Order: sequence, then C-alpha cells, then structure tokens
Amino acid sequence: MIYKPLPDLPPPLESVGLIGWIKENLFSSKLNSLLTIIATVFLWKAVPPLLSWAIFDASWALSSTENACSPEKHGACWTFIFEKFRVLMFGLYPEQYLWRPILTFVIFLTVCSLTIFRILRTKLLITLWFILPLPLFLLINGGMGLDIVEQSLWGGLMLSIELAAIGILMSIPLGIVLALGRRSDLIVVKTLCISAIESIRGVPLITILFMASVMLPIFLPEGMNFNNLLRVQIGIILFSSAYIAEVVRGGLQAIPPGQIEAASSLGLKRWKVTYLVVLPQALHHVIPSLIGRCVALFKDTSLVIIVGLLDFLGMIKASAQDPEWLGNDTEAYVFCALIYWIICFSMSQYGKSIERRNQW
Amino acid sequence: MPLLRLASVLKKLTPPFLKSSVTSLALQIIVVALIFYAAHGLLSNTQENLEARNIASGFGFLSLESGMPIGNSLLPYSPIDSYGYAFFIGITNTLYVAFFGIVLATLIGIIIGIARVSNNWLISKLAEIYVEVLRNIPLLLLLFFTYSLALVALPIPRKSLTPLPGFFLNNRGIYFPRPVFEPGFWFVALAVLVSIVFAFVIHRYATRLHRRTGRVIPSLWLGFITMVALPAMTWWLIEPPIVWNFAVLKGFNFKGGLVIRPEFTALMTGLVFYTAAFIGENVRSGIQSVSVGQINASKALGLPTGVTMRKVVLPQALRVIIPATTNDYTSLVKNSSLAVAIGYPDMVSIGGTIIGQNDQAIEIIAMWMAVYMTINLIISLVMNWFNAKVQLIGR
Repeated sequence: MIYKPLPDLPPPLESVGLIGWIKENLFSSKLNSLLTIIATVFLWKAVPPLLSWAIFDASWALSSTENACSPEKHGACWTFIFEKFRVLMFGLYPEQYLWRPILTFVIFLTVCSLTIFRILRTKLLITLWFILPLPLFLLINGGMGLDIVEQSLWGGLMLSIELAAIGILMSIPLGIVLALGRRSDLIVVKTLCISAIESIRGVPLITILFMASVMLPIFLPEGMNFNNLLRVQIGIILFSSAYIAEVVRGGLQAIPPGQIEAASSLGLKRWKVTYLVVLPQALHHVIPSLIGRCVALFKDTSLVIIVGLLDFLGMIKASAQDPEWLGNDTEAYVFCALIYWIICFSMSQYGKSIERRNQW
Repeated sequence: MPLLRLASVLKKLTPPFLKSSVTSLALQIIVVALIFYAAHGLLSNTQENLEARNIASGFGFLSLESGMPIGNSLLPYSPIDSYGYAFFIGITNTLYVAFFGIVLATLIGIIIGIARVSNNWLISKLAEIYVEVLRNIPLLLLLFFTYSLALVALPIPRKSLTPLPGFFLNNRGIYFPRPVFEPGFWFVALAVLVSIVFAFVIHRYATRLHRRTGRVIPSLWLGFITMVALPAMTWWLIEPPIVWNFAVLKGFNFKGGLVIRPEFTALMTGLVFYTAAFIGENVRSGIQSVSVGQINASKALGLPTGVTMRKVVLPQALRVIIPATTNDYTSLVKNSSLAVAIGYPDMVSIGGTIIGQNDQAIEIIAMWMAVYMTINLIISLVMNWFNAKVQLIGR
C-alpha cells in the first residue's frame, strides 16, 4: 500500500483573514489590547464631532446669505472661505487682471509636470526653469505693454509660491558656489564661504528678514532703493543658499576621489572636472534633500508676515480679523493648514519616491 | 612682444609646484582686495546713511532707560530699567522657552517615535498621521492656531475651568498655587539630596556586583523608592515646609498664585508638538536602523524585552538619533524667535521693539546673532560630547 498523506488541515480560524489580522495587529499582547481600546475610545470621542463640524453641520453656501453662518449653527462656516477665496489666493491683485496670475500658475504647473514626468531632456528643463521666471514676472508685474500692478497689491498664496519658487531657483546656483568654495584649496575663499554659511545657518530666518528689510537700505548707497518685496526676496535667497550649500556639500563628499583622479588623468582642466564630472553626480545624489529644502522653504516663507508682507498665512490672518466675519479663526486656520499640507505633503512624497527609485 | 616672450620664459622657469601656488596666491589677493573694496563701500554708505537719518551708532544706548513694558519676565523688571537689562530679560525668556521646549519635545518625540514602530497597527497609524500632519504645515500657522485657542477657547476669568482645586484655566493664563518656602523646607531639600546620592551609590554598587558575580539587585527600584520615601517622610515629620499661596478671583482678574500667560502656553505647545514630530521621525529611523538580527540574537540569549531595548537596541539607535536630533534642537531654539508673532517677549521681540524706538538695527542684529550662535554652539558641544559617548569604539 502506498503511503498517501492526508491533505493539510486549514489554518485555525483565528489566525487568518480579518480575525487573524486583528489578533496579530491590535490585540497581540495585554499592553497592545489596552492601547487599542484607549485609541478606539479616543477616536470614537474625537472623530464624529470633528466630521459633523467640518462637513455635516457646516455651512457650504457659496455666497453670503442672511442665515448662512448664524451663531446658532455649530458647524464650520466655509462660506467665509468661499467669500474670501480671491483675497486668499491673489491678495489685493486687481480683479480685471486676474487672468495674469492664473495664466502664470497654469504655466508654472505645466513646467512642474514636465519636470515630474520627465518629458523634456534634463538640460532643456534646467534652462526652462531658469529662463521662465523673467517672462512670468513680467506677466504678473506688468510692463512690455501690460499695465503695471503695484507690488504692494500682491499677496495670498500667489506671493507665497512666488517667494519660495524664486528663492529656491536663485539659491541653487549660489548654494553650489558656496559649497564649492567651502571645499576650495584657497584658504581665503574657504574661510569666507564657511563663515558666510555658518553665520546664516546660525541665526533664525526672522533676524535675516529683519536685516533685509531694515538694514539693507542702510548699507546701500543713496538713491539705490529696492521695494520691501525685493528686499525680503533677497533675504530669503541668502538664507536658503546657505542651507542648499550644506546639502550640495553632502553630495560633493559622496563622490569618490577616484572619479576626480580619473577625469584629471584624461587631461580635463580643473573646472571642467568639476563641471562635467563632479557636479552632475553630486547634484543627482542630493535631489531628494533639495526637495526637502523646497518643502522647508515653502513653509518658512510664511514668516514674511512679520516684516509686513501679506502672503497666504498673512491673508488668512487678515481675513480672520475682518470685523464682518469675526469668529471664523478656526475655519481660516484649518483651510490654511489644508492647503499648506497638500502642497508640502505631495512635494515630500515626490522626494521620497525619487529616493526609493534612486533615480530622477 | 618681448614682454610676452619674457612672460613665457618666466613661466617655463617657474617650477610646476610653485606655478599653481603663484596663481592661487594671486587669486586670493584679488579676492581679498575685492572684499576690502566692497566692505569699504558698504561702510562708507552705512555711515552716510546713518548720519543722514540721524541714527546713533555704538552700544551706548544699552544703558539708557527703556520705558517699555514687558508682559512676561522671569526676573523683576520695570520700564525704568535700561535697554540692556530689557534685552537681557529677552535672553532669559528665550533660554527659558528653549530649555523647557527641548525637554518636553524630547519626551513627546520619543513617545511618538516608539508609537510609530509599535506592532499595534492603530497606534502606529495614529503616530504616522500626527507626524505627517505636523511636519507639513508651517510652525507659524500652528502658533497662530494655538494662540487663538488659548485666547478664544478658554473662558473669561469669572468662568475659569478648575480641573483641580487651586488650579484655574482661563484666557488670562493658567494659574497654579505658588509655593512659599518655610524654613523647614531646607530639611526636605536635604533629604532629596541625600536620597539622590544614596540612589547613585546603590546603582554603582549594583552594577559592580552584577559585573563581578552576576547577581542582580533591583537598584533602579530601590533608588526610586528612596527618592520618593525619604523626602516624603521628612515632609511628614516637619511642620508644613511649604504653604501654598492660592490664586483668588478679585474683581475681573485673579491675584496671587503662579501664572503662565497664554502667550507662553501657546508658544510652548506649538513649538513642542511641532519639534516632537521631527524628533519622533529621528527616533523611528534610529530604531529601524538596528537590524532585526540584533533583536533576535538578544532574544535567543534569553534577555527580557526591557533589557533588549535598553542594552541592545537603544545604544545602537542613539548613534543615528543624536546627530539628527542635535539639528532639531538648534532649530527649536531658532524657531522660538517666532514668539514675536504672538507677542511673547523673547529676545527677538524685545530687540524688535528697541529697533522701533531708536533705529539702531545693526547693533541689535549683531547681538541677536551673537546670542543665537552661542546657544547653538553650546547645544552642539553638549550633543557632540553625548554622541562621542555612544559611538561605537572601533578597534
């Protein structure tokens, strides 16, 4: 008689499927069971009121009516956000010219998606990113036949994105120069770069913004006058370049010396070794950290409110203090947090995906 | 042409190792000259501008009477004190926020980090949501939000919340009973000191005994019990060593007691929860950097979970955690300058007021830089020392 094994018994019911998963992940020990119960009670108490405040009891009327947001209502007043939407996005930018920032934003998004989906060649993309700010600036600011819009009228999310985008774009070359200078053999250049980087990194952004908006006019010769926005932008660029320099330095250090030796032995001049061999590899290494800096800088631009610019957060705060709409602070802050979160979270997820794939 | 020939001859004559150093020397001289030129230009511009605007220079203003009120100060201060002293009050406030911020953010950060790697799915998801939300919004927004909560969500003094007798929460602050030390208090303090020394000695003894013979004394528990029991007994024996000065409602506001102002509460809550998200990420990546083999090996040796965590996982995780956390500590100190936005009188806020009064921005900004750099240097030194202690000692 041939030995014939019996078929395997099915696994015990409590170790597979939903029950198994629950047992494994929620009630694996006494402590875990206790924690699960506490967390469930917390969620039970916190989530339903939150949902009813934000969604079910909220006022979703698109425009202000008599009883859209009466004090008896307990829900959020999103009507307030809809009413203030234009100001929050564009500041006091004149209504008849609104197509200009919208067009700019569309172009900006197109270039972003071109970059993310790698549709154009890298060199073309880099050139595009560095050429584009000028026409876009002309589009928003006016000139060349378009009516000029005072820069004091710019504001809202548009201003935040503008400050962060220009800040990052301009600070990348500056940061690369500082990082190369830091590794230079020339002792004077090296000391200079180190002291610049370390003194900027040693102080908070607020002091640098104060410096840019209060001290810059004192340093410059008579008659040379920048407006506040430009001064703040310069401060942001300087601040960001010190951090980018440190990021780039990390990439430069990761290049094995053999690469430089090989390139020099092929007869390349020193700057060509740097430009053709070292920098492309180093920058490629640090793209995820550069995106991390973009996120940080975008969050940091909210500080410009302290030197009197009304960026997105500034507009949120100003709207919350509007006497017609008092008592809507929470709605304003929640909306602000949501927008910042969507932008920053998608940027950092993009950075993470690059890091995972280990290629851009 | 002869000049060119001379140059080429010279170039040939110079030995190659000198050639590069000559060019580099020339380059450096040019750089130095440019810097001097720029600095000279800046200085003369600055001088002209300062004179044209009638702004004094130098640090003489520090001894003048400030005339500005300061809402929160640890030390006695009145508007007739000097600018220098007002700035000093700002420094103490910054240090106060920085110190307690770092301690609390570390505690919460460790909890978040451990929750993030917990094998309890619900807890780890909640921790992940916390981290991803807090890391992706600006700190300033968080501060505005906590400040509006501290002002709007809390009731007016008459309708204060009293979670415990003697504790009052309202929109003017959080009121505690203030301890008044009686002479007998020093005996209690002495008892605390003695018990700390005792706990330390017994821990040393237990460690040695463990190393020599393998016997284990529950030294931590012993030390802990002494540290609680001895002061408690002294407290009980001596006539009340501390009497409490309770806050009482007088008119529209509370008098007496200890009070924490809403500005401080808001700043502290915002800073601590924001930084804790970053520290939590450091803790998570530190713990995950320890390979599973290490934990399995220590389990195979029969070590209990607590010992595995303390003696195997933690020492290796700290090597990853500390450098990143040092950065977060320095950013917490720098971020405390956002106090200016919600009216807590830290160094930047007081300095900003002084700039508003006498326009001496250069001096104030120099002082800010000096103080921030000193604080950050001290943090880096302490953390580097700590880091050196936990580093793997190579053979």
